[in-house]
Amino acid sequence: MTDKDMLFDYLLRLGDNSLILGQRLAEWCGHAPMLEEDLALTNIGLDLLGQARMFLSYAGEVEGNGRDEDRLAYFRDTKDWRNLLLLEQPNGDFAMTMARQFFFDSFQYLQFEALSNSTDERLAGIAAKSLKETTYHRRHSTDWIIRLGDGTDESHERMQRAIEALWGYLPEMFDMDAVDEAMVVDGIGADVAALRPEWDEYVNGVLTEATLTRPEDSWSVRGSREGKHSEHLGYILAEMQFLPRAYPDAKW
Amino acid sequence: MVALATYNQIENILALVKDPEIPVLSIADLGIIRRIETGEDGHPIIAITPTYSGCPATEVIEADIASMLKLHGITDFEIRMEISPAWTTDWITAEGRRKLAEYGVAPPANKGKAALLGQEEIACPQCHSKRTELVSEFGSTACKAQYRCLDCLEPFDYFKCV
Repeated sequence: MTDKDMLFDYLLRLGDNSLILGQRLAEWCGHAPMLEEDLALTNIGLDLLGQARMFLSYAGEVEGNGRDEDRLAYFRDTKDWRNLLLLEQPNGDFAMTMARQFFFDSFQYLQFEALSNSTDERLAGIAAKSLKETTYHRRHSTDWIIRLGDGTDESHERMQRAIEALWGYLPEMFDMDAVDEAMVVDGIGADVAALRPEWDEYVNGVLTEATLTRPEDSWSVRGSREGKHSEHLGYILAEMQFLPRAYPDAKW
Repeated sequence: MVALATYNQIENILALVKDPEIPVLSIADLGIIRRIETGEDGHPIIAITPTYSGCPATEVIEADIASMLKLHGITDFEIRMEISPAWTTDWITAEGRRKLAEYGVAPPANKGKAALLGQEEIACPQCHSKRTELVSEFGSTACKAQYRCLDCLEPFDYFKCV
């Protein structure tokens, strides 16, 4: 891979994370347990979509093959997507959605904080902007983990089940492959492996307050950096990409 | 340098462009106009910044600026979107804050990180009581949260600090 290829791949990871999670949250529109949450989830989804657009536009420019944000969002197949496996997992019940959101918000907060100091000015600008939004997202999902964990017997049980169901998807967030390493050496990217202790500290604190038990590290899956995804991504793309693929020249 | 007359003229025209979500505010009140400068061939460049990354009003605002300028006979201009430095509610003008409160939206309370971390004291825009409580971190738009006044019992929008 050339430097340019690596930066392109790195930006896809950031953009795809935001886009796929944003798309998942959009599925809650009109279905959330109450109106305030319907608004919250779609607002968060909108923030993520905005972040994805900035990352993917930049990725397209770096690649230099004339692909813009829409081309990258609508005309790539599963093997070319770089989002974390965690983020494509189905919404499940509200506990599952919140657990996924909480684990990722806690990670993204630290990652954006690190990327705000990137030597790549454009990336630093996107990260600094997005960090403000992620601060609110993390506050929101943290509140729900505590409310549901330290809530009724049923909400506690469901929350515990959700964090266990997702636990094995979390180690992938902190993986460093050749692209990550190269980005760190150049001062462009974040050393995500180094974020783990701070992430653990925050997450452990919230889980304790929520009276939840931190699961054992008994299993893990990974593969997104090589484009190996769970079956769920295909269904997400089918819904998200259908219109522009069926009607490539469609305009709003 | 944009000629002074043109600069003032553009500034006055931009003051007529309203925020599509909160129509009592002009985009100048919101602090999203970063600069007016001159391009290489002499045409004015208006640099604006989005409030939130995914704010759907951003593209509407861009289109509204363009049509307002054209309506006033200015056809040769460029609108540039800049994300850095990131927009902050500190850039909302004093006039903007006053208009927000009158409109029934509590203006952003504090500056800086304390506000972002939720250590805020929000006054009710109706009765000015400071006994208020958060209903939801997210309101009718990304930039607002929902609060309720514990004295007059009115629910209200709060323009979040970022």
